[in-house]
Amino acid sequence: MLDTAPSRHDTLPAAPGVGFKAQHFDAIMRDAGAVRWVEIHAENYLGDGGRPLAQLRALAARFPVSVHGVGLSIGGEAPPDPDHLARLRRLCDWLEPASFSEHLAWSSHDGAFLNDLLPLPYTNATLTRVADHIDEVQAALGRPMLLENPSTYLAFAESRWDEVDFLAEIARRTGCGLLLDINNVFVSCTNQGRDPRAYIGRFPLDRVGEIHLGGHDEQRDDHGAPLLIDSHGAPVIDPVWTLYAETIAQGGARPTLIEWDTDVPDWPVLEAEAARAAAILTAARVPA
Amino acid sequence: MSGAEAFVAALRDPARAVPDGLTDPAGRPAGRRFDIYRNTVAVSLTEALIAGFPVTYALVGDAFFRAMAGVFLRAHPPESAVLQRYGGALPGFLEGFEPAAGLPCLPDIARLELGVRAAYHAADAAPVDPAALARCDADTLMGTRLRLAPALRLIRSAHPVATIWLAHRPGGPALPGADAAAEDALVTRPGFDPVVTALPPGGGAFVAALMAGDPLGRAADAGEADSPAFELAAALGPLLAGQAIAGLDESGGLP
Repeated sequence: MLDTAPSRHDTLPAAPGVGFKAQHFDAIMRDAGAVRWVEIHAENYLGDGGRPLAQLRALAARFPVSVHGVGLSIGGEAPPDPDHLARLRRLCDWLEPASFSEHLAWSSHDGAFLNDLLPLPYTNATLTRVADHIDEVQAALGRPMLLENPSTYLAFAESRWDEVDFLAEIARRTGCGLLLDINNVFVSCTNQGRDPRAYIGRFPLDRVGEIHLGGHDEQRDDHGAPLLIDSHGAPVIDPVWTLYAETIAQGGARPTLIEWDTDVPDWPVLEAEAARAAAILTAARVPA
Repeated sequence: MSGAEAFVAALRDPARAVPDGLTDPAGRPAGRRFDIYRNTVAVSLTEALIAGFPVTYALVGDAFFRAMAGVFLRAHPPESAVLQRYGGALPGFLEGFEPAAGLPCLPDIARLELGVRAAYHAADAAPVDPAALARCDADTLMGTRLRLAPALRLIRSAHPVATIWLAHRPGGPALPGADAAAEDALVTRPGFDPVVTALPPGGGAFVAALMAGDPLGRAADAGEADSPAFELAAALGPLLAGQAIAGLDESGGLP
C-alpha cells in the first residue's frame, strides 16, 4: 500500500550502488559492504503492495534509491504512454527517489510493448522527438531525469549525428542529465568500429549524474567481426574497468552502479564488484 | 510504412527481410545484427510468460510452452511495460489453442496463476481479528458484509485446479487422477506469499456471493443452494486463515 514516504535521500552519493534483486534483500540489509545505494527497475515496482513495495520501503529507509525506467520508450514514434507516466509519477511521489533515469531507445510501437531497448537513427527528426518526449517526462514527473547512452548492434544509413553529439544536444535542449553506461560505450563502440576512449573523451562528463558498469557476451556477425551483446549477466571485464578509471580520473567521482540482471550471482560476488568500483573512486579522491 | 513500423514488422516475423538502411559499420546489410533484436524480443517475452505461468509451463513442458508462447506473444503482445500484468489473455487463448485440447484444465490453471500473481502485487490490508466475528450475535453476523482483502481471488473450475497447482509446490500433494473432482480455488495472501486452497463444497458459490457484496447470510444461502454439503464454518476457514477479511460492515450497507 502506498502510504508514508520512506526516503529522504536527495542525491546519490559518488560511491558504488547495485541493481537491487529481491534475493539479496536479507544480505544487503545485514551488511551492505561497499554498497552505498541501490537502483530498481521502475517497472517491477508498479504494483499496489506486497513484498516488492515492502522491501522497497525498507531499502529506502536505509539507502538512497535510484529509479531506472526500462519501458517509457522515450525514442518511440508516439509520445510516452500517459498511463505509464502516471504510474511512474505515483511511484516517484511515494518514494522520492534520489534519481530517475531512462534510455535513449524505444521499446513500444502502436500500443505494443516489445521489451527491448531498440536503436534509433540519429537524425534531426529523432532529436526533436526525443527532446519533446523528455520534456513531457520531466514535466509529468516534476523532476529532472538522466538519459542513458545505449548499447547498439547495428547502424542506420540515415543517421547524421554522432551519438555523443546527439546526447549532448538533447541534454542542452531539455536540461536533462546523462547516465554514462561505460559497458554500453564499450559494446557499442566495438560493434560500430569506434574507439571507446575517444567516445568518452568527447562525452560531456559535467552532465553525467550516474555511471553504469555491467557485463556483456560476445558473438560474431556475418563477417566474423566481434558482436558484443549487452547481457548484464557476467562480471565487468578489465577493459571496461580501465575505461571507468580513466573516466573518473578525467571527470571526477560519480555515483557508480554495478548492473547484473541475468544469471544473478550470490551477494558476495556482486558486493566484490562494488568494492572494486569503490577502490577506483577512492583513488580518484587522493591528490596526486 | 514508417521506419519503426517496418522495424517492428521484421522483428516479429523472422521470415521477413531485414529492413533497408540498417547496416554494419562498413555499410553492409545488418544481417544477423538485426537478429539480436529479434531474438531478445521473442526470448524476453517468452521468459516473462514462463515466469508468470510456471505450473502451465511445467504441465506442457519446455518445447510446447515456447512454441505456444511464440504464437501467443505475436497475437497478444504486452499492452504496457508492466510485465507483471502480462498474460491476461492467455487463458482465453489456450481455450482456442488446438494443440492444447488434450489438457482441458490448462486455461483454468493459467487463470489461477494470473490470480496468484495479482494477489502477490495486490494492496496490503490488515485483517480483522477473528474474535470480532465470534463476538457478533448470529443475527447481526448474518446481516454483516465482509470487506475482502484486495489480494483475494476466486477461480471456479470444472477441474481439480487447486490440487494440480499445489502438486507443483515443494512438499505438495500428488497430481490428481483423471477422475478427480472439480475444485473452486481460493487465492489469499496472508503476509507476502499467496496461498491457494481448494474450497469445500459450496465454498465457491459462497465466496462469489461475498465478492458480489452479499451479506454473510445471503452468501451462506448461495453456498447451500450450490451444495447440500455446504458448511459455513468450513467455508469461512480459508478466508480467516488467509487473512482475506479486512473489515466487517455490521450495518449491512455497502462497505
